[in-house]
Amino acid sequence: MTSISFDVAHLLAGSMLVLSFLLLYQDRITATLNVFALQAIMLSLAVAWQALIQEAPHLMVTALIALTVKGFVIPAALHRIVRRLGIHREIEQVIGGGPTMLTGLGLVALSILLVMPVGQGVSLLTREDLAFALAVILLGLLMMITRRNAVTQIIGFMSLENGLVLAASGAKGMPLVVEFSVAFSILIAFIVFGVFVFRIRERFDTVDVSALDRFRGERSDHS
Amino acid sequence: MELILELAAQTVQMFGVLVIAPFLLGITRKVKARLLRRIGPPMFQPYRDLWKLMHKEAVLAHNASWLYRVAPYCVFATTWVAAALVPTYSTGLIFSWSADLIAIVALLATGRFALALAGMDVGTAFGGIGSSREMMIASLAEPAMLLVVFTVALVAGTTQLSTIAAAFTEAHVGLRVSLGLALFAFVFVGIAENARIPIDNPATHLELTMVHEAMVLEYSGRHLAMIEAAAALKLTLYFSLLVCLFAPFGMATTDRSIAALALGGAAYLAKIALLAALLPIGETAVAKMRVFRYPIFLGGAFAAAALAVFLLFVSRGL
Repeated sequence: MTSISFDVAHLLAGSMLVLSFLLLYQDRITATLNVFALQAIMLSLAVAWQALIQEAPHLMVTALIALTVKGFVIPAALHRIVRRLGIHREIEQVIGGGPTMLTGLGLVALSILLVMPVGQGVSLLTREDLAFALAVILLGLLMMITRRNAVTQIIGFMSLENGLVLAASGAKGMPLVVEFSVAFSILIAFIVFGVFVFRIRERFDTVDVSALDRFRGERSDHS
Repeated sequence: MELILELAAQTVQMFGVLVIAPFLLGITRKVKARLLRRIGPPMFQPYRDLWKLMHKEAVLAHNASWLYRVAPYCVFATTWVAAALVPTYSTGLIFSWSADLIAIVALLATGRFALALAGMDVGTAFGGIGSSREMMIASLAEPAMLLVVFTVALVAGTTQLSTIAAAFTEAHVGLRVSLGLALFAFVFVGIAENARIPIDNPATHLELTMVHEAMVLEYSGRHLAMIEAAAALKLTLYFSLLVCLFAPFGMATTDRSIAALALGGAAYLAKIALLAALLPIGETAVAKMRVFRYPIFLGGAFAAAALAVFLLFVSRGL
């Protein structure tokens, strides 16, 4: 059990989970972007390690895609967007740092409890990867819910996708086509998000999505 | 003869921590001063301070009760016992069976309780605010500390420090994220408990930011000496715990020859001197926090420790 391959996989996947928590914890946008880039780099390392121990060279391609696209291209582009929007110094009001962290811990416990009975038949390594991946996905969702800034919501979505890739790399035999399509859909989503953010900004002079609440049908009486 | 040697080994440990504690504080202050481009007091200054305070008259407030006079000794005694129990240069000393992590946490909590009561005893506003803040910090730090204890206990299979140190020195533990997270949480808790920056400034005389100093503001003479010595011992205790839990290499375990013991002692001294130098470097890099940020700081420690426990469950299975 304490073989080195297991330990390294545990270390990398565990670090991804820790970085997910760090994402929840950060309230400065540029710091959030940097943590996200770090998480993507960690993801590519984790996937590369899986490629080594599963002897599946196509996973190396996945790792490379994760490293270049999510480790460098998307964070750099987001940095540009943030600077052009002039919000790079903004401190976001995270909704209750403490409760969010506690909820996050609860979600991690939940994902562990969920994966434990399901993955009884598979190896410890796969089971653990699945538990971590599910936790990262749930934390990404939590981040999308608790943040009000459109840019940090995008980061929440991207870190959710990191969890998906981690889960996919843990399961043996993911075809490369799937990986490519996921990578492209992420890029498309990113472009759509980028346009979307600028449109919000143009119309409402802010990227705080709570400004959109006024335009929901049921609250038309409100202000 | 065996018994006498065993007792001697324990006595060395017990008085060793007492003797080196002020020196560690001296190193910390010296490094801090040098980093701020000051010369700083000599490293033996804390000994002289204690000596001076011991010979000064103890001034008591008119309405001070017996509690106020007893508290400093109580704080010193609990801290010293706790510090003497943590294995430093060797495992398996004669009183090692009582060196339980949870017992040490409880001993420290007792000392803190006595000091908080004493802070409120005289009835000044500062003492009260200091006690209230100290208890707030304690209520945030203690859960994180206990989770760190659980993490280490889950890996080593025991809460007894001596056995944990022996297990980590000899057995193959492997790469563990959990232990890394536990170390991180432990450092945070240690900073908060020892009233260091960013939680509290040990050198402050600005009333708004005082926590620990506000509680002991009324003390003087030998009482203050006891409290200062206890503070130095507590710092030593946290350094020793860190060394014992996370870097116990070099410690004498089964081999009880003089050479092994000497090696253990030298390794211990080198490690804690390094920590005493690292602490002020970390301190100068950060700014003091606002009081209302403490929950976030210590909440981070709690989250890290809780995550460490969860990760252990993933790798072990439920």
